[in-house]
Amino acid sequence: MNNLREVPVGGKAKVVKIHGEGAVKRRIMDMGITKGVEIFVRKVAPLGDPIEITVRGYELSIRKADAESIEVE
Amino acid sequence: MATGPALQWIKKEGKLKKHEGITITDLPGIYSLSPYTLEEVVARNYLINERPDAILNIIDGTNLERNLYLTTQLVELGIPVVVAINMMDVVKKNGDKLNTADLAKQLGCKVVEISALKGTGVMEAAETAIQAAKGAKTVPQHTFSGPVEHALAHIEEAIVHGLPEEQQRWYAIKVFERDDKVLEQLNIAPETMKHIESDIAAAEKELDDDAESIITNERYVYIAQVIKSCYRKHNAGNLSASDKIDKVVTNRFLGLPIFALVMFLVYWIAMVAVGAPATDWANDGLFGDGYFLFGNGRAAYDEAVEEYGDTNAIVEAFAEKYEVELDEEDAAASMTALLAAVPADATVEYIVQDEETLETETLSAGRADLEEAAQKYIAGEPDPAEGFGTWVPGIPVLIENGLDAINAADWLKGLILDGIVAGVGAVLGFVPQMLVLFFLLAFLEACGYMARIAFVLDRIFRKFGLSGKSFIPMLIGVGCGVPGIMASRTIENERDRRMTIMTTTFIPCGAKVPFIAMIAGAIFHKSAWVATSAYFIGMAAIIISGIMLKKTRRFAGEPAPFVMELPAYHWPTLPNVLRSMWERGWSFIKKAGTIILLSTILVWFLSRFGVADGAFRMLEEEELESSILARIGNLIAWIFAPLGFGTWQATVASITGLIAKENIVGTMGILYGGTETYANLAAAFTGIAAYAFLVFNLLCAPCFAAIGAIKREMNNAGWTWFAIAYQCGFAYAVSLMIYQFGGLFTGNVNVIGLIAAFAVLGGMIYMLFFKKYQEATKLTRKV
Repeated sequence: MNNLREVPVGGKAKVVKIHGEGAVKRRIMDMGITKGVEIFVRKVAPLGDPIEITVRGYELSIRKADAESIEVE
Repeated sequence: MATGPALQWIKKEGKLKKHEGITITDLPGIYSLSPYTLEEVVARNYLINERPDAILNIIDGTNLERNLYLTTQLVELGIPVVVAINMMDVVKKNGDKLNTADLAKQLGCKVVEISALKGTGVMEAAETAIQAAKGAKTVPQHTFSGPVEHALAHIEEAIVHGLPEEQQRWYAIKVFERDDKVLEQLNIAPETMKHIESDIAAAEKELDDDAESIITNERYVYIAQVIKSCYRKHNAGNLSASDKIDKVVTNRFLGLPIFALVMFLVYWIAMVAVGAPATDWANDGLFGDGYFLFGNGRAAYDEAVEEYGDTNAIVEAFAEKYEVELDEEDAAASMTALLAAVPADATVEYIVQDEETLETETLSAGRADLEEAAQKYIAGEPDPAEGFGTWVPGIPVLIENGLDAINAADWLKGLILDGIVAGVGAVLGFVPQMLVLFFLLAFLEACGYMARIAFVLDRIFRKFGLSGKSFIPMLIGVGCGVPGIMASRTIENERDRRMTIMTTTFIPCGAKVPFIAMIAGAIFHKSAWVATSAYFIGMAAIIISGIMLKKTRRFAGEPAPFVMELPAYHWPTLPNVLRSMWERGWSFIKKAGTIILLSTILVWFLSRFGVADGAFRMLEEEELESSILARIGNLIAWIFAPLGFGTWQATVASITGLIAKENIVGTMGILYGGTETYANLAAAFTGIAAYAFLVFNLLCAPCFAAIGAIKREMNNAGWTWFAIAYQCGFAYAVSLMIYQFGGLFTGNVNVIGLIAAFAVLGGMIYMLFFKKYQEATKLTRKV
C-alpha cells in the first residue's frame, strides 16, 4: 500500500481510498480529495512539512501526517 | 447571503442600496456544510433555522470544481439559490470558456457572472437574487447512485415526511450521512433508526465506503461531469504567472530568506519607518503638547533644545550653592547677581535624569560653564511656538486653555484632561500605526502570500497550538501588543486565533522597555542579560502556554484540520486593501475604545483622589500615597508577598501599569522619591524580588488598550476574562517560582512558599510532558 506521503515531489498519484474518520477525513474529502482524483505533489515546505499538492486545478497544503491517510496508486 | 472563502466569521448584515426592505447577511466563508467546524455549523444553522428568502452563492470562477461542491449542497436546502461566478475577468483573460446557460440548467438555479474586483455584475447578481426570492424554487438536478437513492427514499418515508417538502431532501441526505447535529435535532425513535441504519449499512457495503464519504465522492463525480460539459480550459500545460511566483517564493531554499525579508519589511514599515513617527505624532503631538505642521521647524527646534542643553540645571545648581535667588521675570538681573556671587574657581555638581527610565547622572560644572549657561539663560529656553515653524498646540493644551478661560474647577479639569482626553488619546494614539499595519496585512492577504506564511511556518507553530500565521502578531507585538493582537484577525481557525490573542502580549512590547531598563539599572548594574532574558521569558511563556492550553478542555473541543487552500497570487486593488484597513481600524476604535476610556478614567480617579490632611479631596500628583489606589494597594499587597514584592508601592505601580506599561516607571519615581529612585529601589528590593517583580509585570494582564483589543478580537466576554485571568495566573505562577527557588540560593527559604512553588512546577511539568493531547474529531460545543 502506498500513501500520499510517499509520493515524491513532482510525482503524480491517483487516490484509491481515504482512511481515518471524522473531521479530518471529511475535511480532506470536502476539499476535493476523493476516490479516483489525480493529485500532483508540487513541493515540500522549506521546513519539510507540510506539502503542497495540486488537486482539481487548485493548490492545497496538507500535513504529512494527514497525507499518510490518503491511499494512492 | 454570500459565501466564499472570506475571512469574516461573524455574520454581518447590511442593506442593499435602492432596494428598501432587503437585508443581506454575509455568512462565514466555508467549503462545505459539514457538522465539524464552527464556521460551517454557524452558517448551516442560519440557513436551516432562519431560512433566508434566497441564497446568493458567490464562487470563484478560476476554481469552479471545488467551489461548486458547496453549491451542490446549497441547492438541496429548498431555498432559491443564485450562483454568482466571481473573477470572470480572469477566466476570460486566461482564454477559458464557460457556458453559464448550460451550467444554470444542470444546477437547477440561476447563474450570473460578476467581477468583484472590477465591480461588474455585482448589482445584477443582487437583483437576480431578489427576483429568485419571489419566484420559483430551486430544485436539485443531480441524483446519487442507486443504492444511495434507495436508502434516501426510505429515510424520506420513515423520518422526514413530516417536514416541508422542499426541506426533505437535505434532511434525508444528512440522516444518511449520520450527521450527529441533525440526528440530535430530529430525535428519531430508536426503532426507526435501527431500520434506517440497516439501509445505510447496505449502501455502505455495496459501495465499499462509509456513508459520509459516499455522498462527498458522488458530489464530486457529478461536478466533474458538469464541468466537462460546460467549461473549456484554454491551456492546461503551461505554468501560469502565479505558478512561477510560487516556485520562487516558497522554494525549499529561498522560502525562508524571502519570508524573513517580507517580515522585516512589514515590521520596519509598520513599526519603525511610518508607524513610529505616526504614533509619536498622535501621542506627543496631537494628544500631547503640540506638533509642527508638516514637521517644518522640528529639526531647528530640536537643535535649539540640544544647544540649550543642561543650562537650567547648571544655573540652578550654582544658585542653590551660592544662595542666589533666581527671578524668572528678570533673567538678566538674576544672572548678573549670580555671576557676581560665584568665585572664579567654583565648581558644582548637578544631576541629570533620564525621563524614560529615571536613570540619573551626576555631572560637574565650573565657572566657564556657568558663564556660557548664563548667556543662554538670559536668551531664554527655546519655545516651540516662537520662531521655528507653524506650531500647532495639542488637543490637551487647547482644552486646558479653554477650561482656564471659563475658570473650571480643578477636579473638572483633571477629569477632562487626565481622564477623558488621556483616555481618548490612548485609543486614537494607536490608530495611525495600526492603519499602516492593517494596510500591509490586507495587502499580504489579498495577494496570496499570507496563506504561504502559514504553509512555511506550520511545522514550528502547530506544536504550540498556534498557526503559522501567529508569527505576524508576535512580531508586531515586539513593538506594541495592541496592533499585534489586532493582527491575529488573519488567522481563520478560531482555536489558533484565540491562542494567539492570549499569548501575543507575553512578548515584551516597546512600552515595557523603559521599565525593564529601570529595573536593570537600579538593581542589576545595567546588566544586559536582564533585557535579553525578558525576551526569552516572553518567548518561553508563549511556547509553554501554547502546549499547556491546547491540552485544556477549553481548547481541545474543536477539531482543526490543517488542509488549507493556497490561493493563486494576484495583484490586489487599492480600494479593496483600503476598505479592509479601514474596517479593522474602525472596529478597534468602536469595540475597544469604550473599555480603554472607562478604565483610564477609573484609574485616574482612584489615583488622584483620597483622604489627605483629614479631608477627602483631589490630590496633587506627588501625593499618590494618600490616594484611594494606595489604600487598595495596601489591602491587596499581601497577595504579592510570596513573590517577594508585597508592598503597596509595587502593587500600585503594577496597577498604574495597566493604563500603559511605561507608567510603572513614573509611579515608581513618585513613590520612591524622584532623583533618588534608583538608590531607594536598590534598598527596597532584593535582586530576586526585583526580578520576580519584573517578570510579573512582563507577563500579567497587558495595558487597557491591549485588553480592549483582546475583547474586540475574542468578541466574547467569557474568553476575554479567561485570557486576562490566565495571563495574571501564569505571571503569578512564574514569579512565585522565581522568588521561591531563588530563595534557595540566597538562603532565604520560606517553607510554605517553597512547597507552593514546587506544586506549581509539578503541575506545569505534568501539563507539558505527561498529559496526553487528543485532537477532537467532533465539534463538541453547542452552537
